[in-house]
Amino acid sequence: MSDRLYVGTRKGLFVYRRGGDGTWSVETKSFIGDPVTMVFPDRRDGTLYAALDLGHFGPKLHRSEDAAASWQEVSIPQYPKPDVEGEEAKALKMIWCLEAAVGDGALWAGTVPGGLFRSDDRGESWTLNEPLWDDPSRTNWFGGGFDDPGIHSIAVDPEDRRRLVLGISCGGLWISEDDGRSWRASTEGMYAEYMPPERREDPDIQDPHRVMQCAGAPDTFWVQHHNGAFRSTDRGASWTEIHPPPSKFGFALAVHPRDPKTAWLVPLVKDECRVPVDGKVVVARTRDGGESFEQLVNGLPQADAYDCIYRHALEVDKTGDTLAMGSTTGSLWMSRNQGDSFKTLSKHLPPIYCVRFG
Amino acid sequence: MPNVSFTSNLNRHLECPDLAVAGETVSEALEAVFESNPRLRSYIVDEQGRLRQHVVVFVAGQSIQDRERLSDMVTDDQDIFVMQALSGG
Repeated sequence: MSDRLYVGTRKGLFVYRRGGDGTWSVETKSFIGDPVTMVFPDRRDGTLYAALDLGHFGPKLHRSEDAAASWQEVSIPQYPKPDVEGEEAKALKMIWCLEAAVGDGALWAGTVPGGLFRSDDRGESWTLNEPLWDDPSRTNWFGGGFDDPGIHSIAVDPEDRRRLVLGISCGGLWISEDDGRSWRASTEGMYAEYMPPERREDPDIQDPHRVMQCAGAPDTFWVQHHNGAFRSTDRGASWTEIHPPPSKFGFALAVHPRDPKTAWLVPLVKDECRVPVDGKVVVARTRDGGESFEQLVNGLPQADAYDCIYRHALEVDKTGDTLAMGSTTGSLWMSRNQGDSFKTLSKHLPPIYCVRFG
Repeated sequence: MPNVSFTSNLNRHLECPDLAVAGETVSEALEAVFESNPRLRSYIVDEQGRLRQHVVVFVAGQSIQDRERLSDMVTDDQDIFVMQALSGG
């Protein structure tokens, strides 16, 4: 069972530590006042990374060797000057996700606007993935949540670190089999109700809000999409819609680390409304691959609650039993029994962007 | 030599003392500062060299016109202030 939880918020990073009696409390606070868009505990070497988005002074990346007790600023990804004269030069707006390969592979960063970067020296330097950046279809991508498109999900295959799956809002779902040298979009089965009918199934404009792979059964992927939830049992080649109640719209997704049929989603009122249905915070859990769902409410507010759970703000730990969930209104909940019941850790944090177990 | 000063709010993130540097434009003056304080660069300009959206630069009390290339002229007796815009809070 994990004994640390990292909570990235609009106003800082909060590290929760599990005590001997099983209760969680704040151990460390870092970057108070600064937006922490992503935090990544790299289990390979114990390094902790925190991505900031300073309101005035731009995106930054910090690294800690001692679980957030002290920090060192490292490099941020940089966009190239455009090859074509007249084309707008892009600049990094935000580091939206950080993931690591298995073994001694790369540290990957997904960014806004629409970049995939790799670092092979723990954030000292970054290289843009040019095959994806140069793909002609990128001009079809558009912003989803932000003005520019962004890469929010990077799934590195646990059995083959050369195999990468990306989720892009809005730019679809992309697969590489060769460590990022070539890419293909793979959205068969997904659909976009926000587009004209003739472009409903266009791969480039699908909006997967979150993409996750089952670590112990890597043929299985799950997606919370703008227009519904989807599951794949062929490593992302094709997708079948599943129907979590009480709404098919949402952002957050957690996938059991071993059981390919168990996952959790947090439905919200679609599309631009983005609040819990009827003011009740509900987690939808399936244990049969999406054939059926339970609505988990024990310990969650069931009246006049307007907590939105962002796409990185729900996580299950490596045991598959402990869930953490943080909301835009600063509520933080923990469950030790797969969501059967939740305990409130705080109602007063800043808006929560991400939660990750250490 | 123009004197370059930075908003004290930057001190939350890194040290950036006032510095008198050579330069005939804001770009040249800031480049001279960044040379002695490399980490400061990404706080003031993006990777394309443009002034960050919520940073403002004043020369002799006037905000600069060229936020893309920072080509505004500066003379030896003028002060350069690098401030944060209220819009980024």
